[in-house]
Amino acid sequence: MRATYFLLAAAICFMAAVAQAGCTYENTVSLKTSTAAFQAWKAVTGAMAECGNVESELSQEVHVKQAAGFATNPSLYHIGGVMTSSIVPLVNKGLVRPLDDLIAKYGQQLKPNQLMKFEGRTLAIAMMVNAQHLMYREDILNELGIAVPTTYTEVLTAAEKIKKAGVVDYPLGGSWKTTWLEFVNMYLGYGGGFFKEGNLPAVNNAKGVAALEMMRKLTAYMDPEYLVADSTYVQQQFQQGKIAMANFWASRAGAMDDPKESQVVGKVKMAAAPAPEKGGIPASTLWWDGIVIAKNISEAEAEAAFRVAMEGLDKEMVQANRDLAVWLIEGYEPGPAAKGAAETAAAGARPYPASTKMGLMQTAIANNIADFLTGRQPAKETLANIEASYLTAAKESGIVK
Amino acid sequence: MKLKTFAAFVGPSLFLMCLFIAAPLVNVIWQSFHITQPIMETVAVETVTPGFLTSTVTVEKVTRPVLDEKGQVKTETRFVGLQSYRNVMASEKVAALLEGGAWGEILKIDFYKALRFTLTFTLITWPLVIAFGLAVALAVNAAVKAIRGPVIFVSLLPFIITPVIGALSIRWLFVGDGIMTAFLEWWLERDIAMFAQGWTIEVLMLFYRIWHVVPFVFVVFYAGLQTVNMDTLESAIIDGASRWERLRYVVVPHLMPLIVFISLIHLMDSYRVFDEIVGFTSQGHVISLQWLTYDFLTPDDSGNRAISRAAASSMLTMIGIVILLIAPMRRTWAQHKGGQL
Repeated sequence: MRATYFLLAAAICFMAAVAQAGCTYENTVSLKTSTAAFQAWKAVTGAMAECGNVESELSQEVHVKQAAGFATNPSLYHIGGVMTSSIVPLVNKGLVRPLDDLIAKYGQQLKPNQLMKFEGRTLAIAMMVNAQHLMYREDILNELGIAVPTTYTEVLTAAEKIKKAGVVDYPLGGSWKTTWLEFVNMYLGYGGGFFKEGNLPAVNNAKGVAALEMMRKLTAYMDPEYLVADSTYVQQQFQQGKIAMANFWASRAGAMDDPKESQVVGKVKMAAAPAPEKGGIPASTLWWDGIVIAKNISEAEAEAAFRVAMEGLDKEMVQANRDLAVWLIEGYEPGPAAKGAAETAAAGARPYPASTKMGLMQTAIANNIADFLTGRQPAKETLANIEASYLTAAKESGIVK
Repeated sequence: MKLKTFAAFVGPSLFLMCLFIAAPLVNVIWQSFHITQPIMETVAVETVTPGFLTSTVTVEKVTRPVLDEKGQVKTETRFVGLQSYRNVMASEKVAALLEGGAWGEILKIDFYKALRFTLTFTLITWPLVIAFGLAVALAVNAAVKAIRGPVIFVSLLPFIITPVIGALSIRWLFVGDGIMTAFLEWWLERDIAMFAQGWTIEVLMLFYRIWHVVPFVFVVFYAGLQTVNMDTLESAIIDGASRWERLRYVVVPHLMPLIVFISLIHLMDSYRVFDEIVGFTSQGHVISLQWLTYDFLTPDDSGNRAISRAAASSMLTMIGIVILLIAPMRRTWAQHKGGQL
């Protein structure tokens, strides 16, 4: 149900409690972290562990465990790794600690654009951003004389040319196992809005139909098994030279040039996510990942946790792991992988509109959109079904009276 | 046995059954008729979102739960009758569709989509599992004694493998350009995508489940075959009964109680089909009732979960199993009463 854009084969537990060099002090308070399990988190929790007494739990199912772990008193975890959407339940239930005093004491190196503020209080510190943007095989586009597409109409024309030339198995790729996100991106690109007054749904409109139709057109150039394709699968298709273009996660860009895995080193380039309409905003949303500190822990623990977190998010960690993510941390020099994300943001893509109701909307979209793509439902009915599913869930959870 | 001794023996297991089966069940029933909601407020809130170049400041109306003095979410629980059941079964929509005569449309609603798959899955695998299990048992029984041990071991392997791992292995054999798909493509000289449409995934699931369960059926039948009355078999041979007739009139009637037992177990198990959906990541194409319950229970990105609908959905699954089991149960009961096959 969730955008696990770094899907690993299984949850990984990673424990490290040995103090090593690389930390400026020795941590004596026993701390526990709960984060997602992708590469960037491995690097960050690894750097935190260097201070000693830090036990890290990295899990793909972090969003299922975290809120429950934070809700106990004392909290099961001290430091939590969150993203744009998974911080919502923590904030709603008042489970995270405001960080302003600790930032004043230990966080002078933090940049203003790293701070996530809610009602004027800083609740989280972002370490990286992520977005889906265009990745393309420069060699193929050059060979066929195709300019880098900036709109989806151009993407379709380019895909047609690539298909005719027959240079790859499928012109387009996409991690459409999370189709809801593809729809959200496309629909926002068409300028759509999800809600009207009173938290009522508002997707059954011409923009919704346009977004769906465009998605269907794209599937014609994709691997027919697109509905089971997760990010790792698409990354491998890229690495093995089976696809030529994809609107794909920035965090996966580093893997394209990994000589151990990739057969297309240096050939995959990044650009802004294409816009559905000429001059429109890109069909993409911006995400961030960062840390929060649990509320239900002692002052001493909170202080220790924050200091350790700062060690995890420091310059040395970033410089050692430059290609793992588009970092926000001081000392990061944007590499080629950051170009696409930066251009997408510059072209006007908005942050993902995470909220409780958006979570419900996501599920409603996820459970209905496959029926449209496989041809079982027409566009209008699909959108009506999405609205109906959302309403049922929203009434049950008390968001809509 | 004296009542006191009987009670002393049965007591502990009765207590555990109440604790671990009856109590959760009562709880689920209760939840399916109630809804617990946080008390919500809608307020305008300023949020600063981190970003690559700059942060984004938004002022939005946010609907969020109200916290009490202790910082706990205030909730209210109320009785809603059959509302959650109506939501799961989409009863209003179904009524409208029935009135309009659009019967086929009903199968596009999640619950009925899941019900359709669950039922076909259960009813197709059931006879096949029994037939293949019996075939393997007969084959092993007829095999030379010397190789029987290794043959039994090999036949049992699929059953030993953890279900999710088994499903994943089959998925990897067939997904994309997996070995099996590549072989089929080479053999049939055409492009094949096993995960591009629902029915091919369903075929793989049926295959997987039969492959996985047949060893269990085989073991049970093989044990049963050791107790077939040899005198009856020999007299059947003398009477000129063919191999098939011996199977039909001597062996199968002897195994009948075991067939009923296997049927009960298999109907219960396969009606709760779940591993296949997860292992094959088929939710875009095919879902099952058990997966539907799981989906209701899984918190989404923003932490919402539909507990009441999950409770209703699992109650409906249980009712489905009970209905399926009525026929074999009655047979067992009749046997028990009559003491005959």
